[in-house]
Amino acid sequence: MRKTLLALAAGLLLAGSVSAASAADKLKVGFIYLGPIGDLGWTYQHDLARQALVKELGDKIETTYLENVPEGPDAERAIEQLVRAGNKLIFTTSFGYMDPTLKVAKKYPNVHFEHSTGYKRDKNMSTYSAKWYQGRYIQGLIAAKMSKSGVLGYIGSFPIPEVVSGINATILAAQTINPNIKVKIIWANTWFDPGKEADAAKALIDQGADVIMQHTDSPAAMQVASERGKLAFGQDSEMIKFGPKTQLTSILDTWGPYYIARVKAELDGTWKSEDTWGGLDSHMFAMAPYTNMPDDVKKMAEDAQAAITAGKLHPFKCPVIGQDGKPVECKGGDHLDDGQILGMNFYVKGIDDKLPGK
Amino acid sequence: MELVEAIILAVLAASTPLLIAATGELVTERSGVLNLGVEGMMIVGAACGFAGAWLTGSILIGALFGIVAGTLMSLIFALMALGLAVNQVATGLALTILGIGLSGLIGAGFVGERITPAAHLYIPGLTDIPLIGRVLFGEDAFVYFSLALIVGVWWFLYRARPGLILRACGDSHVSAHALGYPVLRIRTFAVMFGGACAGLAGAYLPLAYTPFFIPGMTAGRGWIALALVVFSSWRPGRLVVGAYLFGAVTILQLHAQGWGVGIPSQFMSALPYLATVIVLVLLSRARTGGSTAPAALGTVFVPDR
Repeated sequence: MRKTLLALAAGLLLAGSVSAASAADKLKVGFIYLGPIGDLGWTYQHDLARQALVKELGDKIETTYLENVPEGPDAERAIEQLVRAGNKLIFTTSFGYMDPTLKVAKKYPNVHFEHSTGYKRDKNMSTYSAKWYQGRYIQGLIAAKMSKSGVLGYIGSFPIPEVVSGINATILAAQTINPNIKVKIIWANTWFDPGKEADAAKALIDQGADVIMQHTDSPAAMQVASERGKLAFGQDSEMIKFGPKTQLTSILDTWGPYYIARVKAELDGTWKSEDTWGGLDSHMFAMAPYTNMPDDVKKMAEDAQAAITAGKLHPFKCPVIGQDGKPVECKGGDHLDDGQILGMNFYVKGIDDKLPGK
Repeated sequence: MELVEAIILAVLAASTPLLIAATGELVTERSGVLNLGVEGMMIVGAACGFAGAWLTGSILIGALFGIVAGTLMSLIFALMALGLAVNQVATGLALTILGIGLSGLIGAGFVGERITPAAHLYIPGLTDIPLIGRVLFGEDAFVYFSLALIVGVWWFLYRARPGLILRACGDSHVSAHALGYPVLRIRTFAVMFGGACAGLAGAYLPLAYTPFFIPGMTAGRGWIALALVVFSSWRPGRLVVGAYLFGAVTILQLHAQGWGVGIPSQFMSALPYLATVIVLVLLSRARTGGSTAPAALGTVFVPDR
């Protein structure tokens, strides 16, 4: 009963939030969003990119988006709705849309699909994601420099490879500054629950952490750190408004250039299925200004960013030592290869905690 | 010691919205009406509460906005479920859906804004007592109000004549009607009280807990409040136990993770639900031997038929 009603609800929400301006023979581009565009995080950044796309190519395309689309089988109907509305290029912007997107893609071979953060592709379905661990490495350097207690607080969402590789990159960087650095990790087991994220931040600070980093979506942790006079990193978006004296930097998802490039390819008829995993060098994400830190720390962060962008510094350069004290097999020459990072399911040495499920 | 105090403070803050919302729903359900729209009324209360506080700069006015918004939402429910005798379960669920959409619309202009959260009490001397000072004399007004509210509701239900009549409506609306009591009017007031409490509970989130508004920020707390009412077997005393227990386990599992206890975090996240259900079920088994749901809960009443 409840499930049916929820499905019905999702349907109603969808019907309510379709927004489009109609025009003849323009390329129609559709977007599926996980949250509301006002979430100040993940979905907000995707919509900023859509707006950039409209600004750049608005005379040749028209865009439509569906927000609050739940992950899982329900998404299939939403994606199909966009296809039927005549969209020829459709971006599905969350991991959980992977199978639904693939299913719809097989059904409509003449429509092109772009799926974010997944790993399944087809002739007419590309994937795209960003190497956020590069940004986490820079944050780790800053955190180790700025922490007085030598204890970092990390709020995780779910123990999936993307989050785990972020934690490892952070601690590997921090260890180059302070070999004895400690990190306390709390899993919120949710992407979005401001109250719970705030509680997790409070618990970390009460246990001695003085730099808070998060892999959940709301600015609650930033705001708690600000209230307690500690330091913190933002997530997905610029969060400095919630901690003008607190935010050190933030990893900003900047999908705009990618969306523009892909839509241009579609317009030129050169679109083909690809797997894009871009880093700082390809502007798939950016770092917010380095604030609330002394000039030497800022310089160190900028140097590290330049080195990573130029490909001179790899966050997972070998040897990477696992928690068991043994080096991890080095498949990428002098650093871990992409597959190892994309499937990372172990903690590195120096983290005194057990990875859930291990 | 400081850590213990910090944990207790966090527990009180986490439990308060649940307690307020559940108290309101308890009164509603005691009158025989099942309003599943708590989550929807809460989130509208959160949006309006934040809007009120942001526009006027006053937390009190924000809280009043939240209360009024929750009450208005509950009136929609009363109109449908009591006035037109529509199925209460369906109406309540629809109210939640409406609330989530409406709050996004109301709150859209306020996303990204900040306010100064509700002030905490400070009494020189008393608040400075180690360990208990801040817990007893350093809370925000919502926490004290929530406790006064549940005591007031207990008194009303068990020590006042109108409370007895309200319970009578919940147990047998036919009898109450036969005795000449205006069943639908009493139930409407009970539904409005539930709405006011849900609105206030929602407003607590952006006014005191995390002082900003984001769509969906109630994150399921309304459903937890509903569950607490059932597991407390509709008794105010057990409701307090349930709400604080849920808050306590929620906070303690976060701390346990920080200490690195080594229990999978997925299990820890489920623990508050598990612990609360087990304890409240044991409590109600030990005392009364079974459920004590209001007999007419969720049934439609149409007078003179």
